[in-house]
Amino acid sequence: MYEVNQHYLKLFSAGEWALKSVSLIEKELRKIPCDKKIVWDVSGVSEFDSAGVLLFIEYFERFQKETTVEVVGYGDNQKEMYDLLNKNIQEIKPPQKQGYLEYLGKNTLEVYVDIKDFITFVGHLFYAMFHTFVKPKDIRFKEMVYHIHQSGFNALVIIGLTSFLVGMVISYQGSVQLAKFGADIFIVDTVAISITRELGPMITAIVIAGRSGSAYTAEIGAMKITEEIDAMRTMGFDPYTFLVLPRVFALVIALPLLIFFSDIVGIFGGMVASYMQLGISMTQFTERLYEVLEVKHYMLGMIKGPVFAFIIVAIGCFRGLQVSDNTESIGLHTTASVVNSIFLVIAFDALFSVLYTDLGL
Amino acid sequence: MSTVIKVEGVVTKFGTRIIHDGVNLHIEESEIYAILGESGSGKSVLMKEMIMLSEPSAGSISILGTSLDHISFEDAQALRSDWGVLFQSGALFSSLTVAENIEIQLKEYVNISKTMRDNLVNSKLALVGLEAHVGSLYPSELSGGMVKRAALARALAMEPKLLFLDEPTSGLDPIGARNFDALIVELRDLLGVTVVMITHDLESIFNIVDRMAVLADKHVVAQGTLENVLQSQHPFVEEFFKNPYTKERCRHKVEDV
Repeated sequence: MYEVNQHYLKLFSAGEWALKSVSLIEKELRKIPCDKKIVWDVSGVSEFDSAGVLLFIEYFERFQKETTVEVVGYGDNQKEMYDLLNKNIQEIKPPQKQGYLEYLGKNTLEVYVDIKDFITFVGHLFYAMFHTFVKPKDIRFKEMVYHIHQSGFNALVIIGLTSFLVGMVISYQGSVQLAKFGADIFIVDTVAISITRELGPMITAIVIAGRSGSAYTAEIGAMKITEEIDAMRTMGFDPYTFLVLPRVFALVIALPLLIFFSDIVGIFGGMVASYMQLGISMTQFTERLYEVLEVKHYMLGMIKGPVFAFIIVAIGCFRGLQVSDNTESIGLHTTASVVNSIFLVIAFDALFSVLYTDLGL
Repeated sequence: MSTVIKVEGVVTKFGTRIIHDGVNLHIEESEIYAILGESGSGKSVLMKEMIMLSEPSAGSISILGTSLDHISFEDAQALRSDWGVLFQSGALFSSLTVAENIEIQLKEYVNISKTMRDNLVNSKLALVGLEAHVGSLYPSELSGGMVKRAALARALAMEPKLLFLDEPTSGLDPIGARNFDALIVELRDLLGVTVVMITHDLESIFNIVDRMAVLADKHVVAQGTLENVLQSQHPFVEEFFKNPYTKERCRHKVEDV
């Protein structure tokens, strides 16, 4: 509330100047004209907190720029709070805005450092592996078996389900096209070869990357945060030998077995779908399968297994060891771990395709 | 008495930030040595360099007569079995029970029978004042004070000559903290271990520490017994020891000096 006479503007403040009311007060203050001397009477203010006082300071300074201000009717408490806050007001420097180029540069550098670190990590890993081959006593069999159970056996259901569905889908889609040519029986070739050579290994690797790769990152990341990794080091337990290698060995053994399982279930899915869609009986399907599915196709798919397994574990553990001392970092690195390993699995699969074609396999 | 740890001219840099610029200190056998300093002065970093978790940018550290510079894998492993480390948060392996945590090094490095191992574990638990049944609990089931004790029991598993403690009494209640102090002194008297600890706890500093180093401004600004350190005019020492709170709490101690 204010009143104007010819010499000055008298401004009365009253009531509660607190955090919850400052926005309303500010609206009022904005309306105050600054063309005359202001006499600001704050004797009516019954309650105030630091937000209220800061608002007062802000407008006091703003008024002062335009005209002279006189404050009257303040108590000792208000004065004390004013002094305390006024002392602590620092000029707020706006954070440096990041330009697009800077952003691009930072991220590129980050990727470069990541790749360099990953190569170092793989180097360490190979060194540790070589070490355990020389001294097989150091292989942690108990942990290895545990991880085969966790990442291998426990994944059977989800891999079976996914493979069955993919097999069915391939068969459905293929049979529509093949039926146009009356080449119904070729559905067996389509399903069997695509599953064993490409889809079986790929589905398995992607499911495992999402399921176990993320788990490795989160487990190792959590151990990093609780200093368990540091504790291991001071006790002379090399994290590569104790944490990474058992997982590598476990998955290198388990993944090919899972691919084998995925192949069988996938082809079975195709068999079911082609019976339903084209009426090809199971006997017919199996007979044709014997003719067209050479062992070669199956082997070519299986060879990818250990490679994919290595990629998934290496990325998972690498990202886990990268986790820094905060919980948010676990989430970020787990995401990165899954994204990276799925991408690398697909990239290597493409590489295998090129290689196989070039070799005429 | 012989020198157990010798730190000479240690320089630590993180990028362009300099943490230590020529830190020198030496720690003698069977003493309780404290490293103090304000937060961010690099106490933990210095300890990490001593226990080979990170490497200084320059300078040398030697522990139990072995230089950490270009140390061979075998020497490093031997050294690691000669010390015990108590991390600030305990850092017990969360997938193992307390007893398994304590016996893991025995299992890996020493060829002794299961009964012998169990007995050793129980004796360590008793030594740090934990009941035997705690051994079958997992770290997540323990209270803060019990975690510290269990972690100390683990640090003692290999009968170390050297103990590194990172803020052993932080997060403990005042009585628990004093008991922990008493335990550390008892261990030193009983087993003759050398104790290096990072601490802010005035009671520990005044009551159990033999010698200390004060880290500030990237250097050791004061070193020696409490008397020596109190003679320093460095602002941090002034602020830490000569504020009204410290004077009030430990008047008799300061006046004795």
